[in-house]
Amino acid sequence: MLLRIVIPSLCLAAFSAAPALSESTLTKPQLETVVQIDALTIPTPGEFFVAMDKQGQPNWTQLFKPETPSATASREQMALMLGVLVADGYIAVEAQDGQGVKNTGKDIINLAKKLNVSQSILGRGNSINDFASNNDWSALREELEATQNEVKLAMAEQKDQDLVILVSLGAWIRGTDVATMFIAGNYSPELAELVRQPAIVSYLLDQVSKLPEKVHSDPLILKLASGLESVRQLVTTDVDVPLPPDSVNALAETMRSMVHAIAEGTKQES
Amino acid sequence: MRALRLALFVTATVTCVTAQEPAPPKAATPQPTPADATVARSRALELAGAFANDGYKVRDGFFSGALEKGKPVFLQVNLFSGNEYWFSAAANGPARKISVDVFDAKGRPLEGETYKDAGTAAAGIVTKKSGPHVVRVELTDGDKSDFCLVYSYK
Repeated sequence: MLLRIVIPSLCLAAFSAAPALSESTLTKPQLETVVQIDALTIPTPGEFFVAMDKQGQPNWTQLFKPETPSATASREQMALMLGVLVADGYIAVEAQDGQGVKNTGKDIINLAKKLNVSQSILGRGNSINDFASNNDWSALREELEATQNEVKLAMAEQKDQDLVILVSLGAWIRGTDVATMFIAGNYSPELAELVRQPAIVSYLLDQVSKLPEKVHSDPLILKLASGLESVRQLVTTDVDVPLPPDSVNALAETMRSMVHAIAEGTKQES
Repeated sequence: MRALRLALFVTATVTCVTAQEPAPPKAATPQPTPADATVARSRALELAGAFANDGYKVRDGFFSGALEKGKPVFLQVNLFSGNEYWFSAAANGPARKISVDVFDAKGRPLEGETYKDAGTAAAGIVTKKSGPHVVRVELTDGDKSDFCLVYSYK
């Protein structure tokens, strides 16, 4: 239930609790004009994990197993890994692992340096350390998203727009990886409902398909696109029927292989 | 919350600067200015910040654009069942009233709460189904304005 009484700074008279926010159903032409943007359309790992906390009781300490980024010259792989690390940061926050958050923050800054976007986020690194030292988990969640957005902004400013979607992709893959890992071992229809995200998968696939040919034909990107296609098939099912355990297991396996691919890069392919 | 503190600072600063400027000549149809977009975001964050008192976390991401009467903006968000959300929007400049409504993937309106006050509006929902939802922001009174939408969750 949404509590308006706790919002003293807003005029209560301006609230209304209507049976529905609007009376009319949107028309097909209206639905066709819906705008999708990275900053709002893709949920943060933190948002995902809040929902998981409500449906189950994940042992976040056990789930916090960060990947070690391999040395690479591929900017695409670094961007993907940066997203993975942001999601790891959220997992460390859920686990209330201050040192884990600091280590992840350090890895994020190191990768940002390699991508030449560190100047704008060095201050964020310091904030992450400070908040982690003070166990300010709520502020850390905000700081992680703000850090990710600043990196994306810096990438866009230095004409690395193609890398922006890869950061989001990396974060989504790692967030879904940890979710499916937990759900596979603690199945319930309610938890399985959380990982049925065909719209996000379609959006990510669409964005990946728009990457320049040079990026799109990279073996790592091809592998991830293939993984996303498998995920789309697994989660595009009747919304009134819970995603079965077999599908969750298959999803967990696919997500794991995608995270490994990002951490190890194209070495796997040779 | 740093974002909110920044928003309040920007609001105060912009308000202060605006107050010192001479009154612009009257135009037949007021048009939004670049400063309006900044102020709209500050006001949207300020509104969302009020919900933070109840444990809602404000997302750093936002959408800003122009609102015209009869031309609502539709945005896709992906929500998780069981989470509670507030979508907060603010317009600036010549907008007098705006509205925010949330719909499921099939375009059916969702039950919830709404908040409306001069140039700002919010819609609060608890989702029952995970997946894509549509947020509609509409100018209901006033002229073309810049607006900003942010959302919070818990």
